Formats: sequence, structure tokens, C-alpha cells
Amino acid sequence: MSKKCCCEKKEDYKLPVKATLPMRTVVIGILSLAAWWLLYGQLGAISQWITYNLIGLTRNTHLGSSVEVFLFDTLKVMMLLVLIVFAVGIVRSFFTPEHTRKILAGKHESIGNVFAALLGIVTPFCSCSAVPLFIGFVTTGIPLGVTFSFLISAPMVNEIALVLLYGMFGWKVAALYLGTGLLIAIVAGWIIGRMKMEKHVEKWVYATQMGDADDASQELTWPTRIQYGLDAVKDIVGKVWPYVIAGIAVGAGIHGYAPENALAAIMGKDAWWSVPLAVIIGIPMYSNAAGIIPVVEALLSKGAALGTVLAFMMSVIALSLPEMVILRKVLKPRLIATFIGVVGIGILLIGYLFNIMDLHKLILK
Amino acid sequence: MKITVYGSGCAKCKQTEELIKRVVAETGVNAEVVKVSDIREMIAAGIMSTPAVAVDGTMKISGRVPNADEIKKWISG
Repeated sequence: MSKKCCCEKKEDYKLPVKATLPMRTVVIGILSLAAWWLLYGQLGAISQWITYNLIGLTRNTHLGSSVEVFLFDTLKVMMLLVLIVFAVGIVRSFFTPEHTRKILAGKHESIGNVFAALLGIVTPFCSCSAVPLFIGFVTTGIPLGVTFSFLISAPMVNEIALVLLYGMFGWKVAALYLGTGLLIAIVAGWIIGRMKMEKHVEKWVYATQMGDADDASQELTWPTRIQYGLDAVKDIVGKVWPYVIAGIAVGAGIHGYAPENALAAIMGKDAWWSVPLAVIIGIPMYSNAAGIIPVVEALLSKGAALGTVLAFMMSVIALSLPEMVILRKVLKPRLIATFIGVVGIGILLIGYLFNIMDLHKLILK
Repeated sequence: MKITVYGSGCAKCKQTEELIKRVVAETGVNAEVVKVSDIREMIAAGIMSTPAVAVDGTMKISGRVPNADEIKKWISG
């Protein structure tokens, strides 16, 4: 190992902090996007070629078309995931929790709820840092209800859920999920704010003095942001691809072999009790969007109603036992119960609404 | 030099700590790597997202895992 003196690399420091986007990066970016677009347009032909020429299956057979559909769906969802996760990764490099806190600190309650729910989509959030984030928010004067709007929206409305819903059921279902997810976050947060539950936050929280850390986002340069996007792709896509493939495979199998409407009686829109049941089963379950959408797809294809299934999906993603255990450090049981209750009822109402409106026809296929 | 890694024990926090220890060992810089997992201490330092890293009390990064080059820059200062 060569023993280079660390001081020799000092000129690295002199790099201008606000470096602009280098020309080379722009060119590579445009070329990659064009390549992505071309490839995406050819996915149908590619999956046919692999199925019938490379593997050598016969056209118009049961197996042949199953394999073709499986390949097409998998490639489509994976390509969408890579692009969206990369884009969202770059967007997120602009929205640190510190930055979001600054935006929210000056907002009044109702408008604050809306902003908090929207910022929940773009701010990087992991339930493992829910506690420091919660304390950071409430100790800088952000109302409790506004903080909850953020905590509800951040895990529930995320790019993976939206991409998978778009890829499998089309943009209408994805938009419906986005819209109703935001609505629940805004309204539930607002209601919790109205209930004046500040005394049910653990006492030490408000006694805590939040230190002042420098906003790390200001140091980010464009190459770092792009690196951030690439890291997000490596991290997220690397983690979720097995679920996606398994889910599409299970879905394809169910499509081909399970009897139609097998679930219509117990999870169809006429079974009124199936919505609360789906929510109650969903609350303690913990999974990310990638793990749950395959189940969604399977349930829908067997005749379950859209409202029931979306309610199940939302309660699994938005409310989870591990997150409640983490939040117990800062919230008293009564507030946790209120949180679960308000969000659960919101999800329940959305489920019923979808079933009554009979939105099932929105699903492609 | 004192490098503080703040993290509640999530996978990324462990990854950050290991990477920093490796880079410190590789570069031979005289630095002590400390892991802080107490929430109150994190709050006192002004951290809202983990993993976060401070070098001699100055916050360098929060909310993501740094790469080896970034760590080298911090410790070669």
C-alpha cells in the first residue's frame, strides 16, 4: 500500500461548493434516458423474442403466453422502478428532514397539514429514525397534528407503491392511491391536532432542547445528488426485486389456474364486513409496498373488491406494529391508540367509498 | 480526531460505522470512532435522520450512508 500523505489531496477542498451540472453528466443523462425510452417501447417485442425464440416455447399455448406476460410485467415494473427511484432519489437530495422542518415551522395548522402530507412524499424517511424526527418537529413548534400528517404520509405514499400500482393496474389506480393516501394523511393529522393531545406526548420530549446541526444538504453538489439517486436505485431496487418477481409470478399463476371470482363472496364489494376485517388484519402486519402489491394483485384477480384490497394495502403500509413500538418512546398509549384509530377509520371509509362507487372497472386487464 | 456515528441500530447505521472504521484503518489516520445510539444524545446534537456522522463535533452527513471518498475527505482535513 502506498503511503500517500493525506495533505496532498487538499485541493479537493477548494472545489466550489455550488458546482453546476457538468456537461458530460448532462449528455450521459440524456442518452441514458433516450436508451431507457427506446428499450421500454420494445419490451413487448423483447419478451416475445425471449419466450418464443430464445426459450423456444410455442405461440398461442397456455405456458407460452404465461411466460410472455410474466416477462413483460417483470421487465416493465423493473424498468419503471429504476427510473422512478432514481428520479425520486435526486428529488430527495433536496429535501432533508431538516429542510422540511424549516418549511413546516412557519405554517398554520390546516395549511401545515397539507404541506406536511405533500412533503412526506419527497422527504427521505425511515421508520427507524421516526423518533428523532418526531422530536425535531414538535420541539421546533410544529403542531402535533401537522407532525402526524407527515408521519402518516411518509411511509404510506411512496414511489414504490405508486410505480407498482401504475405498472400493474394503470395510472388511474395509482392516482387514486396517491390522492386518497394524501387525503387520509391531511385529514387524520388535522383531527389529531383538533383533539389537543399534547399532554399524551411523553413529558421529556417537550423538555428536550434540539441541538443545531448544520444543514447538510447545502453542501451537496450535482455529482453528489446523482450519486444519491444511483445509491437509491442500488439500495431500493436491490432490495425489492425478489418481491416484485415473486409477486408477478404468483399473480400470473393465479391468473392462469385459480377459478375466477373465488374470493368474490368473502372479499367482494357486497361483503360489507370484509373492509373492517381487511384493515384489522392489515394493522399489525408489516411489509413494504413491494411485498404487499403482489398480494393485492392476487386478491384482485380472484374477485376481491378494489376498495377492500386498497384498504388492506394502506393499513399494512401506513400502520405497523414495529413503528408503534418505536413511537411508544415518545407517545403515551392513549395517543398511539388515537393515531391508529383515526388513521384506521380513514382507511376504512376510503375502502367503503371505493366499493360503493364500484371503481373496479378502473383496473386494467 | 473523534468521529461520532449516530444511529439507532438500523442496517445503514451499522454499514456506516463499519465503512468509517475500514477507511480509518486503511488511511492510517489517528481517529477514534464512537457510536452513539442514545436518542437524547442525537437530539442534543440536532440530528433528525440517521445514520449521521460528526467529525470533531461538526456534522458531516445525516440521513444516508457516506461513501469512502467522502469519509477520506473528512478525515484528511
